[in-house]
Amino acid sequence: MIAVNPEYAELFPDHEGDKMRTSPILLTILMTASVQAATPTDLMKGYAAEASRQQAGFTPAAKRGADLYQRNFGISAKMPSCTSCHGDDPTQGGRHSVTTKAIKPLAPAANPERFTDRAKADKWFGRNCKEVLGRDCTAAEKADFIAFLTGGR
Amino acid sequence: MRHPSSLIVMRGLASPRNRKDFTRMFTHRQRARNACLFALLLSLPLAAGADKLVIPANAPPAFQAECGACHLAFPPTLLDARGWRAVMGRLDRHYGDNASLDEPARRAIEDFLVRHAGGDKVRAPVSANGEPPRLTASPWFKRKHHEVPDKDWQDAKVKSPANCGACHTCAAEGSYREREIIMPNGRPWEEEDDDN
Repeated sequence: MIAVNPEYAELFPDHEGDKMRTSPILLTILMTASVQAATPTDLMKGYAAEASRQQAGFTPAAKRGADLYQRNFGISAKMPSCTSCHGDDPTQGGRHSVTTKAIKPLAPAANPERFTDRAKADKWFGRNCKEVLGRDCTAAEKADFIAFLTGGR
Repeated sequence: MRHPSSLIVMRGLASPRNRKDFTRMFTHRQRARNACLFALLLSLPLAAGADKLVIPANAPPAFQAECGACHLAFPPTLLDARGWRAVMGRLDRHYGDNASLDEPARRAIEDFLVRHAGGDKVRAPVSANGEPPRLTASPWFKRKHHEVPDKDWQDAKVKSPANCGACHTCAAEGSYREREIIMPNGRPWEEEDDDN
């Protein structure tokens, strides 16, 4: 049982002593233990398959993805483009334009965790496309985006 | 900027000729971060009770993964229950950012935050522009930081008063001891004069 400094005690209405302490190490182990079966190519093919249902013969293009990544959409003042937070070079880390929190590289070559979890990719596309483009990204755009980040491979 | 983990290795491998060399190798901030990570590595308690604002162990996995993706996953005691409900009810308008979550994750995080919320001292006013309350506007936060000069809040390395880690070098580990504070000018925090 630990004693709470009276100055801070007001913040702990239901103070439970040492039980409250979480282990960041344990948390890291739990988080990295989640299964990652898919590859960026799998995700790209998935989005491309969706896109080809609307647009026959669709193939992902790294060049279109690069344009998407670099374009200034002018919707959000603090996040006008992907590069606002992810930086000009996706193989380098970025920095959140509001909170300054470091962001790991988007390119799978530099950060193998990227685009290995479809649900996670969907979530971040969903959130960031609305923020930066002011709308949802299309499946074609998502496939192009991954094509660009994986170097078109 | 060198990655902090590489500094731990450097600290062990490098053998500076004297203390002065060693001091010059690291900035105050790097040394403070090293101390944090070193303590964490050895699982030493960073702070015992006082100045400790750790995340309760029963936090849902989504808490760190979602809240911690863009900013420090703030200790729930820093805002009252009403405040957290307001924050979690408008994630699509999250202080100028869209932080929308799927409903199960949103619900799990809100329940956790409300369960461990602070009391009246951390009740923050609702902003005029309809933004959810900010934990940095609570009476407690303001009292704790009243000695911090404006120029430090406005520093480019700080950007937002919610950027705890900008000065509290062990914030990510839940420790907010005064001796861990490194101001934006790279110097440790020194109380100017005791006025309270």
